[in-house]
Amino acid sequence: MKKYFLLIATAAMMASCGGGKKSAENNAATSIKIDGSSTVYPLSEAVAEEFRTEQPNVNVTVGESGTGGGFKKFSRGETDISDASRPITAEEMEACKTAGINFIELPVAYDGLAVVVSKQNTFIDHITVAELKKLWEPAAQGTVKTWDQIRSSWPKEPINLYGPGTASGTFDYFTEAICGKKGASRGDYTASEDDNVLVQGVANDKGGLAYFGLSYFESNSDKLKLVPVDGGNGPIAPSQETVSNGTYAPLSRPMFIYVNTKAVERKEVQGFVKFYIENAEKLSKDVGSVPLQSNEYKMVLSRFAAKTTGTIFTEGKTSVGMSMADLLNKQEGK
Amino acid sequence: MFKDSLFKYFAIFCTSIGLIVLALLLFDIFSKGLTRIDWDFITNLPSRRPERAGILTALFGMMWIVTLTILIACPIGIAAAVYLEEYSSKNRFAKFIEINISNLAGVPSIIYGILGLEVFVRLLKLGNSVLAGSLTLSLLVLPVIIVATREAIKSVPNSLREASIGLGATPWQTIQRIVLPACFGSILTGIILAISRAVGETAPLIVVGALVYVPFVPQTPMDQFTVLPIQIFNWTSRPQHGFVVNAAAGIIILLLFVFLLNSIAIILRNRHNKRVKY
Repeated sequence: MKKYFLLIATAAMMASCGGGKKSAENNAATSIKIDGSSTVYPLSEAVAEEFRTEQPNVNVTVGESGTGGGFKKFSRGETDISDASRPITAEEMEACKTAGINFIELPVAYDGLAVVVSKQNTFIDHITVAELKKLWEPAAQGTVKTWDQIRSSWPKEPINLYGPGTASGTFDYFTEAICGKKGASRGDYTASEDDNVLVQGVANDKGGLAYFGLSYFESNSDKLKLVPVDGGNGPIAPSQETVSNGTYAPLSRPMFIYVNTKAVERKEVQGFVKFYIENAEKLSKDVGSVPLQSNEYKMVLSRFAAKTTGTIFTEGKTSVGMSMADLLNKQEGK
Repeated sequence: MFKDSLFKYFAIFCTSIGLIVLALLLFDIFSKGLTRIDWDFITNLPSRRPERAGILTALFGMMWIVTLTILIACPIGIAAAVYLEEYSSKNRFAKFIEINISNLAGVPSIIYGILGLEVFVRLLKLGNSVLAGSLTLSLLVLPVIIVATREAIKSVPNSLREASIGLGATPWQTIQRIVLPACFGSILTGIILAISRAVGETAPLIVVGALVYVPFVPQTPMDQFTVLPIQIFNWTSRPQHGFVVNAAAGIIILLLFVFLLNSIAIILRNRHNKRVKY
């Protein structure tokens, strides 16, 4: 028994002190730490994977603690790059400023939100933004119950709604784009953080309607029907083209990486970010998100080369309904 | 008589609910994931292509975490239980500690994650390392080990202690050579429960900063890491169908891992129980 204890105790001691400091410092030179949005995660993972074939000695790690969680770590200097599915907020910028952290904001791809119904649903062929608002706004809770209340030509059948939970960035973006205020949504819908659950739910529900990331529709297009959204210029269905060229509005959002300027001084980070922008177009198609236009990637690259810090979004405003090229141009003209 | 058989069937029904759910779960998982498991799946790094993705780093990360957690939590937990049972006098203070430990066992695991983040990751500056994760999980499983060990020590008949003391042994000699060996088997049961809990935990590790994409196997306790439950969780939330299959395959490996650990502990326990007779 005594021997066991001694063995365990020494092993624990060795484990807790053994070579800790040294290896952490060695790693710091050759590792790149990324954390943040789970929407951007697949793209960052893909880039990290490809980057390995080019520079096998650089260890790129990617976490997914959410856009907000990622920025918290970023503003403490714990990560080099932060993935974000929305622009940085004023408070988060303040936190970075207090910690003396400057960042370069780089859009890398789009994420389109799809509004879908079941394949069995024959009456919905398109929906306007105003109708979506009527359907999802907080005032609709308990009062808007049948489809004929939304459009008189639709049948008097019960409405069943499916959507992401309140902790999701998708929820924030949809409510802001449709209802005009972040988080403004009716509460009586089936909520799940797992989009695959929403897919299953709406696919078998004739009176159901759901919204989630476009890639989830693309992987399940045999079970679901895409609903074109009319944002004022006629109904447009989300697709790689319409999201990328900005005609599918307002339900497409840009995804960003935020790079710590201090980290950019390290050669491997510089190489990685450049590699990221150059390969984002090809890789974002692989993982189911929508690439920016080719000329926009060139603008992003020059933005990185010029080390332009700060955000392209005026404080408090978000990106709803603006094309990326416009935004980037605006910044350069400044 | 009628009531008696009624209750019997009710009890059988209750037992079968658990079994049926487990069988359904296993059937679903195995039918989805079994064909996906091959050597490549175990030795490949994570990848954006489901058919090329593997669990090497997640599996090794998990082994690191479990091993360190047990190494840290067992000595502390067993020593605490020995103190509470053998040394402490039954006063108010001991009662207070007792109640606290039972309460700790019921604290939601994410709270431990937040504590671990502040204390181990930030205050002690261990970073998002295997060690910080293991220390956090150690806190989580400590109550389990303490409670189980106390029960085990209680079960040792007092006559053994009295005989030992009567022969002139000191309390420490009695504990070390008589009490602990006599109840070692039951202590192992507590350790089994602790391992099973630690293996399945995801939330506290995510809070402490476990990552998802880690392209290297941890070499030291200070390295960053990921664990299998996190990888599985990530895969289930991906749109491509291939990842769902991967998740099922990952779950099978996780189940096998738990099964293996548990059987080792059970074999050890049975072998030990055969030797000890009182």
